[in-house]
Amino acid sequence: MQFLFRYANPAQFMRLSDAALPLLVAATLLAFAVGLYLGLTVPPDYQQGDSVRIMFLHVPAATAATTVYGAIAVCSILSLVWRHPLSDTAARAAAPFGALFTALGLVTGAIWGKPMWGTYWVWDARLTSFLLLLFIYFGYMALWNAIEDEVKAARAAAILALVGAVNIPIIKFSVEWWNTLHQGESIVSGHLAPVFLAPLLVMMLAYLLLFATLWTVRIRTAILERRARSLMQGAA
Amino acid sequence: MSGPFVTLLLRDLKLAARGGGSAALALSFFALVATLVPLGVGADLNLLARVAGGVLWVGAVLAALLSLDRLFQGDFEDGSLELIALSPLPLELAALAKILAHWLATGLALTLLSPLLALMFNLPGNAMRMLFVSLLVGTPAVSAVGAIGASLTLSLKRGGLILPLIILPLLVPAVIFGAGAVGAVLDGIAGGGALGLLAAFSGASVLLSPFAAAACVRLNLSS
Repeated sequence: MQFLFRYANPAQFMRLSDAALPLLVAATLLAFAVGLYLGLTVPPDYQQGDSVRIMFLHVPAATAATTVYGAIAVCSILSLVWRHPLSDTAARAAAPFGALFTALGLVTGAIWGKPMWGTYWVWDARLTSFLLLLFIYFGYMALWNAIEDEVKAARAAAILALVGAVNIPIIKFSVEWWNTLHQGESIVSGHLAPVFLAPLLVMMLAYLLLFATLWTVRIRTAILERRARSLMQGAA
Repeated sequence: MSGPFVTLLLRDLKLAARGGGSAALALSFFALVATLVPLGVGADLNLLARVAGGVLWVGAVLAALLSLDRLFQGDFEDGSLELIALSPLPLELAALAKILAHWLATGLALTLLSPLLALMFNLPGNAMRMLFVSLLVGTPAVSAVGAIGASLTLSLKRGGLILPLIILPLLVPAVIFGAGAVGAVLDGIAGGGALGLLAAFSGASVLLSPFAAAACVRLNLSS
């Protein structure tokens, strides 16, 4: 806990992130360069042909989309239980990226689905649960924007995020019970050909680094915005 | 403890019955949605029997949503919510009483109306019974999860618009298992599995959501 609260002070966070940001940007660019190079140079799949390369954009987007929700849920617990002062800002800043990654996962999935399944959209379990995740992100962001009092908005959004965190596994289970066409996961179970594994893992790292970079920038922007506002109020 | 709980429950039921008749409105809305569907998809009785479970489940969820935004809002605006919060009754139990009152006034009423609409959708008898039971078991989840949304948006003037966006994704399991149980019976399989999952979802929602709703009410009262 001690470790987390050392960076609770916005000034402390600004100092630290100022130093970390160039490193994050460099690491993101490097990971994308390596990941895209590997992804474009692996041999085409014997069944899917070149369409398999879409996977390197699709699967990391989906992983990032769920990771962002996890980050929001952790921030919400920190905010509700320990009143960690930065975590509300962090949770709010993360939500648009979650929605973006979810949308990206849906769009790349549709583009891959056309040649593979013969249709852009099927009401398959994973697609449907990701569509629902997108709506959950929309609802979360809408609640933040709707409540004017920032303290109240933060607490309400945190409660909603935790309700969602309990519910998302149930939604996922129920949708899977309802219909399954999407192939099961193939990384842990070892069904993925080893040549495809390296670019996939690098791209996953690249997406997560991209999220970390943009997230840091957005938190910094929010802190600066708040400072500017209080300065203007002081001047008026 | 049961004294104030029952008092609050009866008060909310009286308000639902006398104050604008939200139960009657929800029932009319439910019947109207059920009337629009054949006009949209055609009057083929086989097709209607096929979609009846899903259509009536979706219609019931939407109808129950209509009166949800007023679950705490009226009491919040006239100050009685603060009195309820100050009373010896824990706020969690007060939330449970309100959820129960909302379910009795809408969920149960919708369930009782459903066999009539199912008849008009040409649903066979055994599937109709399953629809009735699944609504009976599943609509408490709608009131319970809805109470979380209602308490989150209770200080908002336009809370009615944001409420469905927040809670409809959370109600997906109820619709899937409820309509799934009816579909299973239509396919000649026992729908007991889906019904069991629906009951589990419903029970967990009713047990857990009063805590979330009470937390949101407290946060909106503290200012």
